[in-house]
Parts: sequence; structure tokens; C-alpha cells
Amino acid sequence: MRIEEHPILDFDRGTQVTFYFNGKPVEGYTNETIAAALHAAGIRVLGHSPELHRPRGLFCAIGNCSSCFMTVDGEPNVRVCVTKVRDGMRVEEQHGKGVVRVD
Amino acid sequence: MIKDTEILVIGAGPAGLAAASAAAFLGASVLICERDDAPGGQLVKQTHKFFGSEKQYAGDRGIYIGRRLTGAVRENPQIELMTNATVLGIYDDGIVTVLHDNRHLKIRPQKTIVATGAAEKFLAFPGNDLPGIYGAGAVQTLMNVAGVRPAERVLMVGAGNIGLIVTYQLLQAGVQVAGVIEAAPKIGGYLVHASKIRRAGVPILTRHTVCEAFGTDQLEGVRICRLDDQGQKIPGSEETVACDTLCLAVGLTPLTELCWQAGCEMAWIRELSGHVPIVDENLETSVPGLYAAGDVSGIEEASSAMVEGRLAGLAAAGSLGYRPEQAKEEILAARAELAELRSGPTGGKIMAGLARMREAGKTKGGVFVC
Repeated sequence: MRIEEHPILDFDRGTQVTFYFNGKPVEGYTNETIAAALHAAGIRVLGHSPELHRPRGLFCAIGNCSSCFMTVDGEPNVRVCVTKVRDGMRVEEQHGKGVVRVD
Repeated sequence: MIKDTEILVIGAGPAGLAAASAAAFLGASVLICERDDAPGGQLVKQTHKFFGSEKQYAGDRGIYIGRRLTGAVRENPQIELMTNATVLGIYDDGIVTVLHDNRHLKIRPQKTIVATGAAEKFLAFPGNDLPGIYGAGAVQTLMNVAGVRPAERVLMVGAGNIGLIVTYQLLQAGVQVAGVIEAAPKIGGYLVHASKIRRAGVPILTRHTVCEAFGTDQLEGVRICRLDDQGQKIPGSEETVACDTLCLAVGLTPLTELCWQAGCEMAWIRELSGHVPIVDENLETSVPGLYAAGDVSGIEEASSAMVEGRLAGLAAAGSLGYRPEQAKEEILAARAELAELRSGPTGGKIMAGLARMREAGKTKGGVFVC
């Protein structure tokens, strides 16, 4: 859920766009990170760990800890807490370490 | 291609921004590399008013202080600010490598100021990896930068200033806070912050810790328990708190990877919250021309980070020969300001830590462990 009224802050969210989480459309804004937009849509499980397949969410939200790795437009290990939403972007839960594609 | 600069500042938080402005003020040209896509560091989410003295903008909210520091840097033609620029390594031949917008850059600075800040500490307990367990800074980023409600109901761990302030900010954002738990026998943060959240009806439970977190796919609740005088869990004192977010405000630790990699002599100093580079009174490390300012040289506050940044900026520019007389004078003023900031009761801890760091510097060679 997004905060509509705040005693101190105004939020400049940018333009509304649609991106895809595991193939399903999600609304986001261009000034939001993927993690924030997913969070606003109630999505907090971003991937699963490589060995025990435990669910993974964000932890630091400033690009430091690697807990929020997802696959974005085919690229694995994207830190979605510091990557902004783009229209039509395809964001997928990452299972394990991710595979780097070499074209 | 190698990009030359007189002074490279790594990090555009309070220390880095202040360092850049101070160095440019003396006449040096400065390049700032910032990992994030915007400058300001963690000031961008500090909606509370700062303490300290007028010189460090006390009474002003962190977000406005950040904008002021950023504005000064942007207006200064001597300073180039590069965002989305992650410094990767500092090498013996003086080259610093940077990942900038997915491209690899080489920079050759004459002096470098590391102002990389800090990372949040974590706690060990079963289930601590469940989605919904966030650092206090992450919760602040979600609600104060993105404007997204981070949770429905939060349990806060840590009654230091960060835990207390973030609790209040959660209430401002319309989030329920089940309580604040603190392992120590008393509240660590300022009374003014604690009183605000107590008035809002949030319980603060001292001598309490997390036993475990549970939930199928994400956090659904936390088991907490009481601690005895020795800090041991009291059997039978467990309680269950239903919450969808557990917020950890259990301290910060210096983000020193670049200092280690550059070969700085390091020491583990409890009072400074981790390993820190050994620095002299101008904040120069054991690697000549490499300075460390702000939380990276010991966890303190944004106000002292700004003064440390200024000091390092002045010292770096002064050592390049820019306005030596003025540099000297300003350096003394910055040191006096730091001493004043550290004269209070919490400053005593920092002073003790710095004394141990200096002592460690004298013993030389290897890592000093306390």
C-alpha cells in the first residue's frame, strides 16, 4: 500500500507504468524501485535461496546486502531495491544463483 | 582512457558531500563517485530534526540538510558528481576502478577520501531470513523515500535512537507498532524520542530479545522472551507477537571493504562498532593520500560525519598546496567542532574508541583485536 498522506513528506512518484511480476501485470511508478512497487502490491517474496529454497525478501533496501536479487528482463542477480521500474519490464522471482545468458 | 582528478570522494552522504565542498572551497577540483542514483546518502530518509549545534544545522530535518549539502555540491563548478558509480578497487599504482552505468572506468586521483558510510547489523535467531525481517534503514527507505507502507504491524528490535525514531516514523506513516524490544536493561536512545512513542501507546520492553521468527512464506509472528541480569533468556517467559514485519535496529557497522582492499591498517574497536581504518588527526589512513571520514571510520552521527568530511576535505586539499594558511586554520576549527560534538555523555564512548584506535596504530602491523 502506498502512503497517500504524510505529515512531513510529499512523494514524487513519477509516471504510472505497468510491469510484470512472474508474468502478471503490476502497477508501478517510474520513480519507484522494483522492490518498492512490488511491496506496494503486497509482494514481499522476491526469490528463493540456492540450497534450502527458503523464501527471500529484501533486507537493506540500499543495494548493499544482495537479499533482493531477482531476474529482470532476463538478467539475473539484479538488486531490485535500487533498480527503478520501467514500463513493460519483466521481473521474475529468482531461484538460486541465476543463469547468465551469453548471446 | 584514464580520468584524472585532484581529489576523489567515494560516497555522497553527509561526510562525502561535506568533504567535496571543503576541498573545493580551498580551490581543489573534486570528483564524487556515488553508488546510488542520487546523492544525500541516508539523509534522504531522515525526517526527524537533528540535534547538535547550529554549525551542523541542528533543529533542521535530515532530508533538508541533505538537500542543502547536495545543492552546495551541485552549484560548485569545481565539483563533478557522478551517480550510479560504484568504486570497485583502489590500486597501488594510484588507479581507482569504477563501475558507472554498467561501464568500467579508471580514475587517477591525487588524493582519495573514502566516505562509504555503514551497513546495518543483523541478529542471529531461527527464522531470521524470512521476508518481512528488515533493517530499520530499509523500513525508512520504503516509507520515507518510496512512500510505501512497509507493513501492517511491526515489532521493533532496539531502543537506541534509530529504533525509537523509526518507530515514531512508522506511526506517522499509519503503521501499527506492536512494541519495541531492547536487550539492554534501559533505553539507549534519547528520552525525547522514547517519550514520543510512549505517549502514542507503544510499549518499550527492556531486557527482551527475539527467540525466533515464524511464518510459512513470510513473517507471521515472532516469539520474544525476557532476559535475566546476565543477559540469559528466562525459560517460560516466552510470548508470541503477531506481526508481518520485524524491524532490526541493532546498530550499524563501518562499510570498510575499500579500506581493507586498499591495504589500510585496520583495528577492531568495539566503541566504533567494528573494524575501522587507523587514521591520524587529519583522518589520513596508513595508505598515504587515502583518507576515511564519516561512519566508515567509526559509527557516530550524521552531524559528526559532516565535520569529519570537512576535515578530510580540507586536509586533502591543503596537502595539495591549496591555500595552506587558510587550510590550517579551517582544519583546527573542524577539529575543535568535533571535540565539542564529542564532549557529551555519548561522545565519551567515541573518544574512548578513538583513543584505542590511535593506540592500535602505534602497535603497527596486522589487525589489533580488543
